[in-house]
Amino acid sequence: MSTTNIILCGVGGQGTVLASKLTAAASMAKNLDVRSAETIGMAQRGGSVMSYLRIGECASPLIKSGCADIIIGFEPAETVRVLNYLKNGGTVITSDRAMMPVTAALQGSDYEGAKMTDFLKSLEGDRIGKLVIVNTDEALRDLGSAKVLNMVLLGAAARGGFLGEVGIEDIKEALVKKVKPQFHELNFKALEYASV
Amino acid sequence: MHKEFVMGNEAIGKACMAAGVQVVAGYPGTPSTEVLETIAKENDGSIYVEWSVNEKAALEVAAGASYSGARTLVTMKQVGLNVASDPLMSLEYIGVEGGMVVLVADDPGPISSQTEQDTRTFAEYSKLPCFDPSDAKEAYDMIFEAYELSEKYKTPVFMRPTTRVCHSYQSIDVRDYAEYEDHRPDGFVKDSSRWVIFPKLSYVNHAKIEERNAGLSDEFSSNVRNAVTAGTVRKGIVAQGISYANVKDILDEASAQGRDVPSLLKISTPFPFPEKLACDFLKSVDEVLVIEELDPYIERHLVYVCGRAGLNVSIKGKITGDVAPSGENLPDLVQKYISGFMGWESASSDAVKTPELPVRPPVLCAGCPHRASFYAVKKAMKGKETIFAGDIGCYTLGNAMPLDMVDTCLCMGAGLGIAQGVGRVKPDTKCFAFVGDSTFFASAITGVVNAVYNQADMTLIVLDNSTTAMTGHQPHPGTGHTMMGEFTDKIDIENILRGIGVGTVVRQDPFKLDEAVETVKRVADEPGVKAIIFEAPCAVLFKPETPYEIDLDKCVDCKMCIREIGCPGVVLKDGRVAIDEALCNGCGLCSQICPCGAIGKAVKE
Repeated sequence: MSTTNIILCGVGGQGTVLASKLTAAASMAKNLDVRSAETIGMAQRGGSVMSYLRIGECASPLIKSGCADIIIGFEPAETVRVLNYLKNGGTVITSDRAMMPVTAALQGSDYEGAKMTDFLKSLEGDRIGKLVIVNTDEALRDLGSAKVLNMVLLGAAARGGFLGEVGIEDIKEALVKKVKPQFHELNFKALEYASV
Repeated sequence: MHKEFVMGNEAIGKACMAAGVQVVAGYPGTPSTEVLETIAKENDGSIYVEWSVNEKAALEVAAGASYSGARTLVTMKQVGLNVASDPLMSLEYIGVEGGMVVLVADDPGPISSQTEQDTRTFAEYSKLPCFDPSDAKEAYDMIFEAYELSEKYKTPVFMRPTTRVCHSYQSIDVRDYAEYEDHRPDGFVKDSSRWVIFPKLSYVNHAKIEERNAGLSDEFSSNVRNAVTAGTVRKGIVAQGISYANVKDILDEASAQGRDVPSLLKISTPFPFPEKLACDFLKSVDEVLVIEELDPYIERHLVYVCGRAGLNVSIKGKITGDVAPSGENLPDLVQKYISGFMGWESASSDAVKTPELPVRPPVLCAGCPHRASFYAVKKAMKGKETIFAGDIGCYTLGNAMPLDMVDTCLCMGAGLGIAQGVGRVKPDTKCFAFVGDSTFFASAITGVVNAVYNQADMTLIVLDNSTTAMTGHQPHPGTGHTMMGEFTDKIDIENILRGIGVGTVVRQDPFKLDEAVETVKRVADEPGVKAIIFEAPCAVLFKPETPYEIDLDKCVDCKMCIREIGCPGVVLKDGRVAIDEALCNGCGLCSQICPCGAIGKAVKE
């Protein structure tokens, strides 16, 4: 079975769904079967969200622990939260910018993104085969838009060859069909931004 | 046919359109909502689509259309079926003319619901045939069969997907527009011997229903969806829905690794239960594990079949404690069940011990008017004996700290009755019921009538944000537009309350904090039933105003803004309070709480 298992995670409202849909569209254009599943409903209101995406033949959209080829994380603590889904030696591409939950502010605890990225680094080369940490504040400042974090992360995954048969050109083709023309240039730049 | 990447709910909506559905009615509820929305979005005007005031109304509208020969669809979540059950139980005895599919989405987990009730069990109780799809493709194909079956036997039919089927996407073949069916009916034909329910008619029809269902059990036994995949040993697994998909992946993987695998039976038509098929399957095995979500429905039927046929087969599942009685059958759990059943050693990847992670319970959005309303009532009632009866909607999240303003929540509309009941036991309690605008129309009006008629002493708080926010902003009678894109007269909540006889009804902007607190104090002290309508639109629907910012020179770090209202836009940054510009909606509630006047509108550079 040559199924590529992808997990996208973050906090409600970060744009995980579009990244997942673009990858699905790119896969379909190559006549590959795709299944995905995501969080909808009450949990979306500021809660942790996760999308499963599976390219290739399979029956369920859900992924077992230790079976994800890649985790694309939009928030460092959320990346750590789903880490057990990663297969040994799998790939992690994550944003480094922490999103503070209300509870952390209430308890006066200062949750730091660096603690999470340091933890990920400590697993690199062993449990995590390939780790890409995107400096999100820098990326979004360089790109001049706060809305393209999803394309920065997805571009890194595609250019690194971590999406199975789906490559960066496939993603770009899908993007041209799904996104309004005035945003193409910005999104292309975002897809090419992160070094892998 | 062409390929599309669709959500399970979209697949169901598209299939109904392709099957020639003509009238669609429902009430929003996760995980069912997108079915009706898909049809409304793609509708060229030839299909009548409505969000009804509640599920009972939806079912009755569809019943009338089905009596008239039209193909109809009713959509709801599982707890909505409780509301629709009164007409549905009787409708099964009367039957339909045009095909009727009752789409009820169940929610194992539960992920966004009050109960883990199982519509398969309800199907058995109400005697309606039931379909249970395992993915979007099966759901799409099943709809056509469901309509045919409904018309063949003149009965409404349940289509019962669960959350993971509703909300998972799949690339599937869907019909081109040219392949859509057309079922234009003649209209209602008068026949009181058929359409008027009397005990005599129910007696006659009950016998017919039982006879039909016995025949349907045989028919379902040869339905190809109830598929058997032969194994290599005399063990079997029986599964349904998403559990089946998870089992199949695990068995395929084991098979590829050269392991012995059990036979697998999928039950896609749970009621009437395909007994003959199950009996044949049971004869091929010595031991069976049933992997299903919600009730041990299949398990009970298999035990029954074994008893009837005198088979000596061990049936394992929820009843025997081999499968968890509640919650989802996620792949890891299914792997554990199968490994245990087959005696496989479980090979897993190294579990990672992670550092402590922040918890992220769902919260009211930044700028949500409910936060301001709850806070005003909290301040006004400080130190008094109170009950705050909550209800179903975004505002259930008012229970979270630091607001802590929801003492009870039961089901839609129940807060009104609960507030009255608490007051009957201890009359000096200040009794409040909070209800949203959509919920008000759906099921709270009778509660107000009850309170006024029986001379209760309570305050109704209507949190009117002009939408049905939690399920994704559907229109309702108070919004002034419909799912057909038409504008209608808004039904006015104040007028309804006055019409019922509520003496004091006050409209109040919750973001004017001091004024709102005074209003609550004044109104709550009046005798009898009184109401405050807090009016401010849902924060998600409008472009944010200029965000606020904190003047750190004035801020004394008392953290009142964080401790009092718990807005996600107010955060700690390097030990000091800060406003997250990207989240701040500019509602200004925090600026009215700050004792130092340190919070003000950001000045544009």
